[in-house]
Amino acid sequence: MSLIELQRDMRAWLTSEDAVAAARFGEAAAPGLRVYQNNYRAQLAACLEESFEHTRDWIGGEAFHRAVVAHVDRLPPSSWTLDAYARDFPATLEILYLADPEVAELGWLEMALGEAFVATDADAVSAGELGDVDWDRATLRITPTLDLGSLTTNAPAIWSALATGEVPPAVEFLPEPGAILVWRHGDVAQFRAIDQYEHQALLSVRAGMSFAKLCDLMVEAFGQEIGIARAGGMLGQWLADGLVVGIAT
Amino acid sequence: MTIAPFSGFGLGLRKPYYAEFLDTPIAVDFVEVISENFMVDGGRPRHILRDVRARYPVALHGVSMSVGSADGVDGAYLARLRALIDEIDPLFVSDHLSWSRIEGFNSHDLLPLPYTEEALDLVCANIARAQDALGREMLIENPSTYIDFASADMTEWQFLDAMCGRTGCGLLLDVNNVFVSATNHGFDPIAYLDGVPHDRVRQIHLAGHSRGAEMLIDTHDRPVPASVWNLYAYVMPKLGPVAAMIERDDDIPPLAELLAELGTARTIARGALREAA
Repeated sequence: MSLIELQRDMRAWLTSEDAVAAARFGEAAAPGLRVYQNNYRAQLAACLEESFEHTRDWIGGEAFHRAVVAHVDRLPPSSWTLDAYARDFPATLEILYLADPEVAELGWLEMALGEAFVATDADAVSAGELGDVDWDRATLRITPTLDLGSLTTNAPAIWSALATGEVPPAVEFLPEPGAILVWRHGDVAQFRAIDQYEHQALLSVRAGMSFAKLCDLMVEAFGQEIGIARAGGMLGQWLADGLVVGIAT
Repeated sequence: MTIAPFSGFGLGLRKPYYAEFLDTPIAVDFVEVISENFMVDGGRPRHILRDVRARYPVALHGVSMSVGSADGVDGAYLARLRALIDEIDPLFVSDHLSWSRIEGFNSHDLLPLPYTEEALDLVCANIARAQDALGREMLIENPSTYIDFASADMTEWQFLDAMCGRTGCGLLLDVNNVFVSATNHGFDPIAYLDGVPHDRVRQIHLAGHSRGAEMLIDTHDRPVPASVWNLYAYVMPKLGPVAAMIERDDDIPPLAELLAELGTARTIARGALREAA
């Protein structure tokens, strides 16, 4: 057997317990193959346990274990870093918990907080840097740590309660679908629930839309006074959050 | 080989010890970190590593290079590691004689190689490419293994000797792994320690293992046992200046316990020096 054939057989054994592939290693290899199979699954399970502590608290240890087994069977790891294995677990939770969307939303929040923690460094714009900005020409550079997810439930409140050891609230559905943003300010990963207007505004600004254009769109949607006030309010909040890391004019 | 010898005693720096290492001077000559934990884009891990590096020499120890992959080493991985090397200026850069990745699948385990001529050619080509990309020679660690391939053309220590000769790499000799593999596969650990190229050993790992249902498992979750200390005492007089350290990855004890184990390593090394003299 060539080396690449041997490695394909090992992959087949690890990912699907392929008995035919295992047999090609010979009978004497059976105990060792069982060790590698156990190590493989234990390693992936430990990664998910560590990454989704509060999701596990919410659904319970046994249900979480079933979700881990389903995920490991559904999606073998591919990245050079084990940390990346957490990225697709919320999608598995979405499949398993179709009727309970807060579970996948909790999972997404935990995953995004972990990713933000090690995302690219960028210093937030300080108040002192705002004096000379020409807001008619300004475009904002948003922190590379930002991630945006959709939100239909009070998952952030549930997560916060679980994180502080409090009794979590019952699941509630939002009056209308919203979004959640996750980012890092300094060394601290943070999150905030937002409405669809702010979600769209952040997506547009991150893609390069000027602040003046954003103001125009808000005026179109809400009228002159409220539109300008809302755009200004969002800008103030983004600056306070540390989401803005550069302003080009 | 151009890797300069370093004589000293160190610890694997794990998360529970970060604060102590940053707050107070710790009696170690170097620390070793898992490279992949710091091959991230930014954030606190990189800040911590920079702070630690300002206080101690740092060895970068990888688990995902996969020098035994039949489809080669990953260029993007090497580029990330090179960036970390350029930032940290590490004492050593090491990884394992194993494979973990094939055709887009990454097992995140140190999987075994058959010690064949084909595998030797491939491992040497992969190490050469890695060393070229990293701009420096590496240390390669002997793994704990749970399968002994009947198709092997040579022993593990013969494989390591040939690999070092052909690539210029050095060895990270894990004494616990020698004991675990020797027990699992029924070879003589003394023959192994006599057979490795002593002049290529730049670093030593000391760790504990546990007894699984059918074989010994390299768990790094308990103190270094007498069996491993005995092999360490045997091999030390044969080696030149070397960096020795305790590896602990699970059931991590208070730092003082690991420093006490490191004291044992120092005592044994002093005895070995007297013996060698």
